[in-house]
Parts: sequence; structure tokens; C-alpha cells
Amino acid sequence: MANDGATMYKKYSIEPANFLLAGEAAEQIKKILKQLGIDNALVRKVAIASYEAEMNLVIHSCGGRLILKVSPDEIAIIAEDDGPGIKDIELAMKEGYSTAPDTAREMGFGAGMGLSNMKRCCDRFFIQSEEGRGTRVEMSFVL
Amino acid sequence: MGQYRHSVTLDREKCKGCTNCIKRCPTEAIRFSDGKARIIDERCIDCGECIRVCPYHAKVAVTDPLSAINNFKYKIALPAPALYGQFENIGNPGKIVAGLKMLGFDDVYEVARAADYVSAFIKGEMGNLRGNKPLISSACPAIERLVQVRFPELIKNIIPIASPMEIAAQIAKRNFCEQKGVEQKDVGVFFITPCAAKMTAVKNPIGMVESFVDGCISIMEIYGALGNEIKKVTSAGGLQMATAQGIGWANSGGEGRSLKQKNFLAVDGIHNVIQVLEQIENGKLQDLDFLEGLACVGGCVGGPLVFENAFVAQNRVRKLLSKAKGTPLSDEDVERQKSSTVWKFQTEITPNPVMKLAEDISEAIRRMEEMNNICEDLPGMDCGSCGSPSCRTLAEDIVRGHATEMDCIFKLKEKVKNLAQEMIELAEKIPMGKDALGKKELSAENQKLLREAGE
Repeated sequence: MANDGATMYKKYSIEPANFLLAGEAAEQIKKILKQLGIDNALVRKVAIASYEAEMNLVIHSCGGRLILKVSPDEIAIIAEDDGPGIKDIELAMKEGYSTAPDTAREMGFGAGMGLSNMKRCCDRFFIQSEEGRGTRVEMSFVL
Repeated sequence: MGQYRHSVTLDREKCKGCTNCIKRCPTEAIRFSDGKARIIDERCIDCGECIRVCPYHAKVAVTDPLSAINNFKYKIALPAPALYGQFENIGNPGKIVAGLKMLGFDDVYEVARAADYVSAFIKGEMGNLRGNKPLISSACPAIERLVQVRFPELIKNIIPIASPMEIAAQIAKRNFCEQKGVEQKDVGVFFITPCAAKMTAVKNPIGMVESFVDGCISIMEIYGALGNEIKKVTSAGGLQMATAQGIGWANSGGEGRSLKQKNFLAVDGIHNVIQVLEQIENGKLQDLDFLEGLACVGGCVGGPLVFENAFVAQNRVRKLLSKAKGTPLSDEDVERQKSSTVWKFQTEITPNPVMKLAEDISEAIRRMEEMNNICEDLPGMDCGSCGSPSCRTLAEDIVRGHATEMDCIFKLKEKVKNLAQEMIELAEKIPMGKDALGKKELSAENQKLLREAGE
């Protein structure tokens, strides 16, 4: 059990290309944070960031995990997947740039704002990726 | 905040301890206690869902009896627009207003007319309130309380303008006192209500320091007597003043239409409103200007204290709209009312965070983890037998110290089975023959029971 008494840990498996369930994990995370009594404005930021992270996993990855960690001074959201990886991270972070497939664009996704929204919402943003291996995004929010 | 009071209460004698209300409550405010339902005061929003769903009519709304009007020298009735849909074959709404007066009131002031004013007030404030889109109507007290409890982030979206009921009370009393030359304290204004939430809003107002209304009488209570009076009405008299737009507030969508907003949603039924509020909270519905959220399906005509079926009533209201005698309000009239009426909220709406696990974040995290662990161990059937609406809620109740794991009938069964198994194993180890300890053998029946329990 990954907790030392005052840390909460929850992992969600995200299925690729499953648009029916897309957003469910972010919704769960929001409910948990509300129940913990976290300030509304902060809940909003974490909710937006987790949603964008989850959508990225659904639209772009081969499947991955969305992880929530809550401790008394910080909330962490981690999104990790097993592929395909990002070729050019700097380009991917640019607003308006998107590699979303047509299936996703048809549904209204792929505006190219995901990663930049995530970075804007959180206090500390970390991204790491290797083509063929996978991507890892870590965001932390100070309480 | 003062004494917290609810109009929705339980008649313990009629309660059979079934799970219907427990499962239906939108704020998970009901539990079992000694085999009877029990409402958790802090969580109840008086939406009346439990009243609607109880098969034994054990959930009731406590409202003032008609005789309460006799506490005042002069009495004024404030009919809710929903009243217009309760009666069959009424040629014009004036008859209902006239009939109401004949029940013992000195005057009648239609809340639908006050709705005309509130529409004008809201339209006038739209410019100032644009930043809080989508604006949420303040007409339904159950929705206001729902937002306080479950969606505190959206409190700023609630239009800070008093409800038609409060406006009506002020205008009615002031007009009557001016005309008759009597003192305000001798005049009682009574809202004729389709719902429990309005009764609570009078005793424990939202956004106002004190309600201007003196009491609430349910439509159900006066339905019979009023029906009789209406039959005797020959001329409608000049009492009916509301416009079609004001009367239209009785139906879902009436308020929204009266505001002439391009993008508005009228959502009725509390579980539907919850869905839409969740969407708004997630930042969806960006284009929405205005949300008319109503706890009751059909709108106020569908309240728990009405006589007629909501949809039949909706249709009747629609048909009566063309007969409404009211004229549109002039700008001068609206401005005049603004200066002599309390029309804006006097106090801010505060969040009511009963869903929070603990005040201290470390404690809340610890409890959340404990809750998750307990929840994983529960069967996940959400059967309600333990008295909590779901397994997750039972886990929460356990963590809060209000319940134990053994409240779960399946955990209890599991425990009994384990105990029985242990007893069999123990019995097999202890020699039970008469010679050994002078004790008799277990009866064949008991041996069989023990074996079965262990399987």
C-alpha cells in the first residue's frame, strides 16, 4: 500500500480510443478532491489538468495510467503510457499544434491546447518522452 | 445561521423501513435508525424526492394549516403560479383568484405578477452579471440548497435577486396597508405553495435576513375548499393582474422564456439538474446564458404538495395563458418597485460543505484512504440493507464513526460462516464423548446446522 498515513494514492487505467469512458477518471478525481475539502478554485485547476491528461491518453497513446497522489501540502497528477511517444516535445507543447487522428477531430477534439492548458493549470510541470517507449507527464499543485 | 429547520419530515408510524427514499435522495441525506428512516438535517435540501417516492406516504411536508391565517387581523393570499393548473375547465384564471379570496382572505396578490417584476429586474441586471455565465435562477430553493451542498463553486452563478414569492409578499403588504390605512404588523401574507422547499425558505431564507412571508399553506390542503368556492364565482373581479409570462413560470421553461435569453436551458427533475450542473462545473456548456433549474419534473406544477398530475396541470396552465388579464409592466413601475422593495439578496449564499470528510486536510486524506480500503472489502451491491444508500456511503459512514462493518448484511453472513467453520474445527478437536467430560453429544440437528453454516 503506497501510503504513509497522510498520502492518498489512486491509479486509473485509461483505455486508448475509448471515447465513451473518456473523462471518467478525471471526474472521479474531482469528486475525491471535493470530498477532501480542497478549495474549489484548486479543484477546478486539477480537474482541467487531469481531464486534458486523460484525453491525451485516450487520443494519442496505446493505453496508459492516470495517477492521483494527495498529501497535505501537494496534489500530484501523473499520466504515463507505454507508447508511441512524442517525437518533438517542444512542438507538441505549442498551442494549436495537434497530431490527433481524424476520428478524434471529428468529435471535436484535437484543438492542440491540451499540454499548454495542463502546464498553465499546475505549479510544476514535467514531461518526458521517448519514441517507441512511452511518455510521462507529472504535474504538481501546491495546497 | 440560526435554528435549522426542515419542512420535510418522517411520520415514523407509517415508515416500514424500506430502502426507497434512501436510494433516491440526491444528497444521500437519509439513513436507517432502529428500522426507520432518519433524515440527516445538514444534508437535506427539502427537494421532496423522498415524499414522492415513499410507497407508504410516510414522508410528509409540514406546512401551516389554513387556520394559521387567523393569527392576523388582515390576511392576504399569495398564490403560486402552479395553482392555476389545478382546476378543470376554468375559463379564465381570474376565477381561481376570486375563489381564493372567498376562503377567508382580505386580498389576493398573485406571485405570478411578482414574477413579471422579477423578470424585469433580472433583465435589467443582465449586463452586470455577465461575468458569471451561465446564470442560475434563484426561484427554486431546493436547487439553491443543492448548489450550496454539492456545487459550491457555482454559488457565484446564482442570480442574486429575490424570488417572486418574496417580492409578492412585500408588494402585497405595502399596497394593502396604503389602501386600507392599516399597520403592517396586523397583516399576514401567506404563500399558497406547491412545494416543501418554499416552506423551508420562509423559515430559513436563502439570501435574505428574514422572509417577508408569514406562512405557507399547501395547495393540497385547500384544494377541496377552493374547488367549491370557484364553482360559486360568477365574475372574476379585478384581482387577476399577472401577465401570461408571469403565469408561465408555473411550467418548466416559463422563467427562461420570460427573460428572452438566446441560450437558456430549462431543466426539471433534481437528478437531471445535477447532471447539467456537473457539466457546467466541468466547463462544458460555455455558450449557456441562463439555467432554469427546477427540482420538480414539469416545473412547479410538479411539486410534492399539488393535487393534480404535473403534465395535466402544465397543459391547463398553457391553455389559460391566453386568458391572462395582466398588462406588461412599464419601466417607471419597475423602477418604482425597485426603490421601495428589497429585490436584491441581502446576504451572500454560503457553501454548505457537508460532503467534506474532515476539516483538517491530513485527517481527510487519512479518512479517504481508510474509506477506500473498507469499500474494497464490501460486496459493492448498493443494496441499502445496511441503511446507507451505497457501499461507498457505508464506508464513509464507518469512517465518520456512524456505522460499523457489521451493518452490512453480507459481511455479517461472512462472519457467521467463518465462526461456524471455526466451531466445526474446534468441535472436531475436542472429544465430545460422554466419558470424556461428562457432556452430551451435540444433537443431530445442531450438528447438521453447524455443518451447513460452514459451507
